[in-house]
Amino acid sequence: MDSLDGNAIAGLLYDVYGQEVTTATTICAHCGAARPAAELRVYLQAPGVVVRCPSCDGVVLALVTIHRVTCVDARGLDALEPEQ
Amino acid sequence: MSFVSRGFRGRRRGDADPARVPPGQYVTGDFPVLSAGPTPHHPLEWWSFEVRGALDEPRSWSWEELQALPSETVTVDIHCVTKWSKLDTVWTGVSLDTLLDGVETSAEYVLAWSDGGYTTNLPLDDLRGGSAWVAYAFDGEPLEPEHGGPARLLVPHLYFWKSAKWVRGIELRDEDEPGFWEGYGYHNYGDPWKEQRYAGD
Amino acid sequence: MTELVEETPRAKSIVLEAPHWAGHRAGQHVDVRLTAEDGYQAQRSYSIASAPEDGFLVLTVERLADGEVSPYLVDELRPGDELELRGPVGGYFVWEERDGGPLFLLGGGSGVVPLRSILRHHRAIASTVPVRLLYSARSLPEVIYRDELMRLSAYDELDIRFTLTREGPDGWRGYTRRIDRELLAEVAFPAAARPLVYVCGPTGFVETAANAFVELGHDPLRVKTERFGPTGG
Repeated sequence: MDSLDGNAIAGLLYDVYGQEVTTATTICAHCGAARPAAELRVYLQAPGVVVRCPSCDGVVLALVTIHRVTCVDARGLDALEPEQ
Repeated sequence: MSFVSRGFRGRRRGDADPARVPPGQYVTGDFPVLSAGPTPHHPLEWWSFEVRGALDEPRSWSWEELQALPSETVTVDIHCVTKWSKLDTVWTGVSLDTLLDGVETSAEYVLAWSDGGYTTNLPLDDLRGGSAWVAYAFDGEPLEPEHGGPARLLVPHLYFWKSAKWVRGIELRDEDEPGFWEGYGYHNYGDPWKEQRYAGD
Repeated sequence: MTELVEETPRAKSIVLEAPHWAGHRAGQHVDVRLTAEDGYQAQRSYSIASAPEDGFLVLTVERLADGEVSPYLVDELRPGDELELRGPVGGYFVWEERDGGPLFLLGGGSGVVPLRSILRHHRAIASTVPVRLLYSARSLPEVIYRDELMRLSAYDELDIRFTLTREGPDGWRGYTRRIDRELLAEVAFPAAARPLVYVCGPTGFVETAANAFVELGHDPLRVKTERFGPTGG
């Protein structure tokens, strides 16, 4: 089944980071690839949201909403630099 | 929460026997596809299922060898932590009792792993006694890749994230190791009847 | 919700009055949340079809056969009903005049929705940025905003073309194939013109197009993509 991209979770990321981040540059902790958050591969059909690097398939972000609180595991993200 | 969308019901069907529906679940007639990553496609010639870890002699079966083992066709209800349940699903596969036959181990835990990097953990006891299968057919047809084909783990008494798609083996362990979703806050055991969705439930 | 407009047999535009709406940028979307009486909820994202200047908020939704939300929005919703929305969201797939051009818009199926917002905005501000739209649909009856796009194509600054991938009507002299590198080389602005490219549609469509643009020498930083999928149903 197809994945979507970071645009699909713009609202969720706004909730988590408190600002618009789809234009922010992300750096994958597994392979170093840099790209706007909007271009990451997003798997929405799952117990949580899994965001992967299109270059290496590594998990960049995992977002799990438990009892209305969204937890983010951002260990796969080396950097998130908002657009200037 | 006071806002209600007039006339909205979702996909749910209301005609199931409530005794078969765990708390918080809705019955569906579809078979939703959930995935944490891309569907792996590995040739069957290179496929194997392994049992390794805390046992004297690791075992493994090639695809042909697995097909040659005694298989069962079972009808079970499955429950996904995302709240859908599907009743009377029909699977064909090899029981873990067959795969673990004669294994002597001190291990109490298992970590199952899959193509693509997915993992999930269970107590070893939950794989035994007619509770689990390596399933390769659904509804009489070969299991489709998007549903976990060529073979997936099937452990229907736990939430369906424990039924690892694209399973390639199990590691017998003395110590428990959380798998993919367990590590992100989902419940370590996952009994749908006790609604054990998240850690601490 | 004040009005429903049937765009195609499967797609409807939903015209909304949103008293607290603070405005949006062309290309953004909203998250729609539906709540059943027993508390069950489902949420999906839909691109805003209206331009910021339009006054009303319009969403265009295509009914997916096994969708959970789209059949409700297309078949059940009635004037007077309320919808719970969050937004506008998205800052990446957005075009404003200061972004410049030339502007190449490529839409597949319902991917045309945010592109229509961009086109309407472009018209509303009387932008002189050259813009081309290539819209891929299965057949003419499935082209969303058909009459409007035909009208818009009369403007000199707008170049609007269609490719029908399943069947064209008698006498159709437009394209009849799936987008590929050759088609894009023919229709899009050349890489040397350094266009801003916006591609929206199903994931497969977007990936094919994005790869083709890179092969044609376009700067990947000037190709923006938005993937729609079954989860948008």
